Amino acid sequence: MMRPSGQAPATSLPIGSDADLAWVRQQVRQYAAQLGFGLVQQTKLVTAASELARNTLVHGGGGQAEITALDDGRSRGLRMRFTDQGPGIRDLELAMTDGYTTGGGLGLGLSGAKRLVHEFHVDTEPGRGTTVTAVAWVTQVPSSRPGAG
Amino acid sequence: MSQPLPGQSAQVPVLALGDVLLVSLQGELHDGMAEQLQHDISSRISASEVTGVVIDISGVDIVDSFLGRVLAEIASTAALLAARTVLAGMRPAVAITLVELGLTLPGLVTALDVDRALELLSQGGT
Repeated sequence: MMRPSGQAPATSLPIGSDADLAWVRQQVRQYAAQLGFGLVQQTKLVTAASELARNTLVHGGGGQAEITALDDGRSRGLRMRFTDQGPGIRDLELAMTDGYTTGGGLGLGLSGAKRLVHEFHVDTEPGRGTTVTAVAWVTQVPSSRPGAG
Repeated sequence: MSQPLPGQSAQVPVLALGDVLLVSLQGELHDGMAEQLQHDISSRISASEVTGVVIDISGVDIVDSFLGRVLAEIASTAALLAARTVLAGMRPAVAITLVELGLTLPGLVTALDVDRALELLSQGGT
C-alpha cells in the first residue's frame, strides 16, 4: 500500500549529537520540499522531526532517524521513524501529556509533535527502547486515512 | 555528520546598539550554541549599561520547544537583570507551528521587525 516513491526513496541518519539533530532537520526539509509540501507543512514537519530526534538523543541515549518518501497513489507523503535502544517509556499516556517532562524540557516533545503530523505511533517497551513513527501527507486530510499505516 | 553545516558559525554574534543588544539568529542553530548565547547575553547585560535586548529570528526556519525555551529563558533572565527583551521577525509559518506545538511563549514581547522592536524599547513600554 505505502511504497517509497521513485524520486526520493529513504535515508537513514544517525542521532548522536546536537549536530546530528541539525542534519536530520535539513534532510527532512529537503525531502518535504521535494515531495511538494507547502511552506507551513514543511515547517511543521521539520519542527516535529526536531522534537522527536531530540527525544531520541536525550531520552534514548541516541539512535537513528529514517526518512522515507511515500506515495499511496493519491498523494505523496513523508514518513519519519525515530528509533533508540534506550530505557523505553514506562507510562506512554503520561509521556504524551502536555507539560509532562523528565528531561528538563517543556514536555511538549511527543504531544506537540503528534499535533504537527497526520499519523503518529509510539512503540515502546521498558528496557528495550522506543520507536516513534510520524507520517504526513501533502494534501491536508483528516487524521485517519484508509489504507495508510 | 558532525561537520559544521552551511551558514553556521561557532558562536552567535551579539551587537551593541547604544544600550540595546541586537542578536540576529540565522539558519541552523545547534542546541549548544543556543545555550552559549543565553550565557553571553546575560553576561553582556550585567557587564554594561544594557537596558534592552532585541532577538531577530527572521532568518530562523523553525523554532522547536528547545529553542523556544531558550528564548523564553533569555527574556526572563534579562528581566531579572533589569533589561527588556523583544523577539523580532518571527516568520508566519513558525508562528503557526509554535501554536500547534502548544508553545505560545506568553511572556515574550514580540515585534514584526527589528525597527519596530527598537522603537518599542525606546518608547519604554513593553
